[in-house]
Amino acid sequence: MTASTERRLMEGSEAIAEAAIAAGCRFFSGYPMTPFTELLEHFARRLPDEGGACINAESELEAIGQAWGAAATGARAATGSTGQGLSLMQESMSEITRAEIPIVVFNMARGQGDYYQATRGGGHGDYRHIVLAPESVGEAVRITQEAFHLADRWRHPVLIYGDYLIAHTAEAVSIEPIDFATKDPLPPKDWAVDGRLGGTGRSRNVNPIGMEKGSKGIDPNRFWQALSDKEDRIAAAEQRWEAIGTEDAELLIVAFGTLARFARAAIRDLRAEGLRVGLFRPISLWPFPSEALVRAAAGCRRVACLEQNAGQMIDDVRLALLGSVPVVPIGGISTDPAGFGIGALLDAERIAGRARDAYHGREVPRGVVA
Amino acid sequence: MSRAPSRGTVVIDAARCKGCELCIPACPPRVLRMSARRNASGYLLPELLEGCTGCGACLLVCPDFCFEVYQLDAPDAAKTTGGIA
Amino acid sequence: MSGDRDAEGVGAGDPLRVVPTDAPPSGACRRKGSFTPSLTLMGEHDLCPGCGEPLALRQILDSIEALGQAQRAIGVVGIGCYTALTSLMDVDLIQALHGRAPSVATGAKRMRPECLLFTLQGDGDMVNEGLQEVIHTAARGENVTCILLNNGVFGETGGHMTATTVLGQRTKNSIEGRDARLHGHPILIGDLLARLDGTAYVARASVHDAAGVARTRRFLDRAFTSQLKGQGFSFVEILTMCPTGWFIPTAEGPGYLDRELGAVHEVGELKKDGVLVGG
Repeated sequence: MTASTERRLMEGSEAIAEAAIAAGCRFFSGYPMTPFTELLEHFARRLPDEGGACINAESELEAIGQAWGAAATGARAATGSTGQGLSLMQESMSEITRAEIPIVVFNMARGQGDYYQATRGGGHGDYRHIVLAPESVGEAVRITQEAFHLADRWRHPVLIYGDYLIAHTAEAVSIEPIDFATKDPLPPKDWAVDGRLGGTGRSRNVNPIGMEKGSKGIDPNRFWQALSDKEDRIAAAEQRWEAIGTEDAELLIVAFGTLARFARAAIRDLRAEGLRVGLFRPISLWPFPSEALVRAAAGCRRVACLEQNAGQMIDDVRLALLGSVPVVPIGGISTDPAGFGIGALLDAERIAGRARDAYHGREVPRGVVA
Repeated sequence: MSRAPSRGTVVIDAARCKGCELCIPACPPRVLRMSARRNASGYLLPELLEGCTGCGACLLVCPDFCFEVYQLDAPDAAKTTGGIA
Repeated sequence: MSGDRDAEGVGAGDPLRVVPTDAPPSGACRRKGSFTPSLTLMGEHDLCPGCGEPLALRQILDSIEALGQAQRAIGVVGIGCYTALTSLMDVDLIQALHGRAPSVATGAKRMRPECLLFTLQGDGDMVNEGLQEVIHTAARGENVTCILLNNGVFGETGGHMTATTVLGQRTKNSIEGRDARLHGHPILIGDLLARLDGTAYVARASVHDAAGVARTRRFLDRAFTSQLKGQGFSFVEILTMCPTGWFIPTAEGPGYLDRELGAVHEVGELKKDGVLVGG
């Protein structure tokens, strides 16, 4: 289908692929892996019609290399995998970030265990890249388009942290191209290579170590400091979050991605019982919206960190709050026998139960949910 | 060793030379040889004898881009090179 | 030229007349070749004395220029000593990770099919770290040209064994010589790639002498021309000297290359127009 305002029931993978194409993505490369596979299928089916290319890469190493090359010519390009495949891509993620190449990378993750990998700069060296975590297919459609804009805006990779539920849930969505550039004009891609400057003395070298044409040696010190300074500017400008019911909250639940939707339902029930519970949902996992969390948590007795892992985001929550409010984990490892991250914690009643315990200062169960 | 008049000649950028000697055996008329002269980096330099044909083999095998090759319109070494060094 | 400290070094009474080489001839003449190759920003580089890689670079750049592709070429460069040469190359470049250049070139070519895409990789880069990248790129028939500078060692790390090191060759981690029982056999990458249906042109050259350098140029011209015709994957392997990594005097480099590496990695065209030569 072509982009239109028509609302249609669409699986998340298809909706994301359509959103990417609507945003101008013309290159995609990937290696099949559940629950990322369908994203690759949709790009493979759709991109040729749009004058683009989708390559069934021979490995994740090659998938990201191909996206790297496509993006270096100025095209909007993307790749992705699940967390395991993302691990294979991390060497390139590091170098691409330092070569300042704007690409979009999807982690259709198996649960939330890749938070560290996503937010800490999962590869070697000193770097961070933008990480956006949608909670629904509808939000993924918007965030996917925004990701391409932010990548070009900052010449920086953007990772979209999705999961099995985003990839495989069908929602009614419409795919309309969103114009971000009118309000926030993009810089020209005067760094990209098209071959046309060869022999003019102004040819380019898109590289991650600060090599400059016409001068021997490199200055990684200056080059990487400039990158670090840019990441500071991104951190200040691109924090995104949603805060609900935080004005009067005694207990603030912090959750990201699809798990936040379950938290949302739990909070509705808890509110109905008269418990003053709020939700803080980081949408940008890096940069983490620390100041907004501090504001949201002001006046709370406790902050409950809900995540489907052994405790990763809780580090960022505690770093943000610096001990001003007690932080308790109410999530834990919770997956299905295949390891896809479809665990018993994805249950509003169970989350409400844990939140109730936290609210009343009782001990909250941890780990595997029976 | 050839004593034929030079049909060509070369300019050697002595500053760039690293004294690798690859040009010496590569020269078909064998008119390049290592001298006792050194450049500022301390590398021994090649020198050209009469009989260069301007074939350009030295340029092809020089890793440091030290050679510029000329073919002379008239094979007359004395007039074109300024005589004996 | 500048840098001569001892212009009087030649012995007096030398029977052979030394010709001055510090300035162009004063008489009528024709310049046949200039110092630096085409498409360079400067002539100086920091590679070791006697290195074969700059010889290959000259032929690559001259070929691109001669084929009229100077303003359509994009190079993707791997990691090795030759990476330092990127600072003097006046063509658009993408610096890739060790071994990953064929994939990066693939992505760039798909988005810029009008461009001449080439990779510049060493044997450690292409045949060790990135073997599957080059094989899959070749098997897909990707319309790019991969160029291998093969000296049989990791030069940049100081002379260590690679996948193309020949049996008996001494390296820092095969100090008594590469032994098949301990270190396995060398991979003849050109022969391997020639067998794949996606490859259109495969050749192996050597820069051990001037004729070899001239042959290198012919093979590069044919590989690039193959790409321009859209024939599919083209590949030129260039055997290069690494006297530093081989622990031999620079003057012995060409002979060692021809005698040792050249005996195993045989020079010649392996595939033309998608057809195996002699096959």
